[in-house]
Amino acid sequence: MAEGRIVLEAIEASRSFDVSRPWLQRMVAREGRRVLRAVDAVSFAVTVGRTLSLVGESGCGKSTVGRLAVGLYEPSGGEIRFEGQSLSTARAQPALRRRMNMIFQDPYASLNPRWRVSDIVAEPIRAFRLLSGRDVQDRVGQLLTQVGLSPRDGEKYPHEFSGGQRQRVSIARALSSEPEFLVCDEPTSALDVSVQAQILNLMRDLQARMQITYLFISHNLAVVRHMSDLLGVMYLGRIVEYGPGESIFAAPRHPYTRLLLDAIPDLGMAGSTRARTPVGGEVPSPINPPSGCTFHPRCPLANARCRAEVPKHTRDGDVLAACHAVEEGRGAG
Amino acid sequence: MSLLDVDGLTVEFPTRRGVLRALDRVSFSIAPGEVLGVVGESGAGKSLTGAAIIGLLEPPGRIAAGQIRLEGGRIDNLSPDRMRRVRGKQVGAIFQDPLTTLNPLYSVGRQLTETMQAHLPLSGPEARRRAVRWLEDVGIPAAAQRIDAYPHEFSGGMRQRVVIALALCAEPRLVIADEPTTALDVSIQAQVIALLKRLTRERGLSVMLVTHDMGVIAEAADRIAVMYAGRVIEIGAVADVVRNPSHPYTVGLMGSIPSLDVRVERLRQIDGAMPRLNAIPPGCPFNPRCPQVFDRCQVERPDLMPARQTEAACWLFDPAPAHG
Repeated sequence: MAEGRIVLEAIEASRSFDVSRPWLQRMVAREGRRVLRAVDAVSFAVTVGRTLSLVGESGCGKSTVGRLAVGLYEPSGGEIRFEGQSLSTARAQPALRRRMNMIFQDPYASLNPRWRVSDIVAEPIRAFRLLSGRDVQDRVGQLLTQVGLSPRDGEKYPHEFSGGQRQRVSIARALSSEPEFLVCDEPTSALDVSVQAQILNLMRDLQARMQITYLFISHNLAVVRHMSDLLGVMYLGRIVEYGPGESIFAAPRHPYTRLLLDAIPDLGMAGSTRARTPVGGEVPSPINPPSGCTFHPRCPLANARCRAEVPKHTRDGDVLAACHAVEEGRGAG
Repeated sequence: MSLLDVDGLTVEFPTRRGVLRALDRVSFSIAPGEVLGVVGESGAGKSLTGAAIIGLLEPPGRIAAGQIRLEGGRIDNLSPDRMRRVRGKQVGAIFQDPLTTLNPLYSVGRQLTETMQAHLPLSGPEARRRAVRWLEDVGIPAAAQRIDAYPHEFSGGMRQRVVIALALCAEPRLVIADEPTTALDVSIQAQVIALLKRLTRERGLSVMLVTHDMGVIAEAADRIAVMYAGRVIEIGAVADVVRNPSHPYTVGLMGSIPSLDVRVERLRQIDGAMPRLNAIPPGCPFNPRCPQVFDRCQVERPDLMPARQTEAACWLFDPAPAHG
């Protein structure tokens, strides 16, 4: 893990949201403020040209981490560093901001329907004053070619494209400021599988060619396995397991990771007797998370210590897991 | 004997610029207790097939040709009134978004008892007793206490279970499940699929499972129909279609899915996109993207024919190749 320069680093980063009701209603109901801890002391580091994936069920805080990583949210605790500089200072510097960008889930909502594709792709170039005049259009044509569209497509509007082509436009836009770091928030979950393969292949080609670093956010474990070098499994705002993707897929340590892997239906199941083990229950509300280890109500290995004490990360080989049972060697296997 | 027979089903949408054929001679059948998975990209006609079967085609869409037979009797030409009695009583429907299926103003108990009493000769107390049992059957804890709760008081996974109970409570023989687990997290998805499988085993329920999630299909279906541009292009037992697909499109589709078991450097990709309804090429609709295309594919439309272990609509498997 120690090769390469660290591009993005999170150090105990947290983010809370105030979800209190309006003041008057609070006074009437005599209740206090309510705070949702979307991300709770999350740490990770991605080196140049690599992919860190965050995976978890909805509401686990993975998208919030993505927004923290490009500075769309400020951490309410801890720190995010880009190339060694704290992001809170980087926000003020266009030179640093240019070097990171984001690809969103929904290619229908993330492109302005009233703009031509060439203007959409050129926006970051103009905003950061990277090029001017004819050079902008030449660069846009180049970018569109790079993502597998034709320079002539720049004349069209987003509605003239299919979902997969729109996602290519999003990628061209994200690449236009020549970023070194991209946050990809569920970039293929709105796409059909055959189109998904085109986009995932494109993203890996671009990474190999330009040494881009990805923070890849997805709920699809098979996609994550395909894309990642490093993997973080999130549950209720915390990273419960973290390490090289291959190590985690080969031998998941945390009971949540194991349940998640067992719960995934896979093509290998066709006609076989391999059944998946359903995880009981649902993700609890992050407003009132369970005490101790937040996974304990659903965990088959939970005991009194899990209900009382928040587990710290312990190292097992090259993987970090936050679990008392793993630390004590209980119920392994 | 099969429970549902769809035979040459053709659905058309008249528009100002001509008639669009959204389903083109779709044929398949479902046996009692069988789960037929229907897969394909968005726009391939999966949901439309389901909608045509339960008689919920959005106008101006209409069945232009073909027949739909349920337990031997035609249901494609019934009056709206008679179709309403078939729906619920004989065919149930589960849609993707549980919030649009449930009425937010009625308690789930009232929705269940009303549905049952509309189709079955039940007294009020008996219907209520059964409603509780249905909620228990779909795995809602403390069903007797929660029966008077409203949809918004249930979580997403629980709500989808209520929708399933609602689709099944009038004891239909066939359920059309259109993306029933797509809005749910994997852990909840596994619970819902396990429930559907149990009901097919215990009650001989037949299911037409429409989804784009191949993992769910691989797990739950007995047979798969693969749709492309409004046609069924391959159909067969689930293991055969997944492991040894015959149609070049299915081969590409299966290869494009990342696997949990092995990591490949590159996913197989089918270049291009499915044609729009107004630009379906003559012959085989897949021919412009097909790596094995030859002359005949561009002029003559293939129908389903035996191909290795499955049936595929592809000229590669024609036993008597036409000359010229």
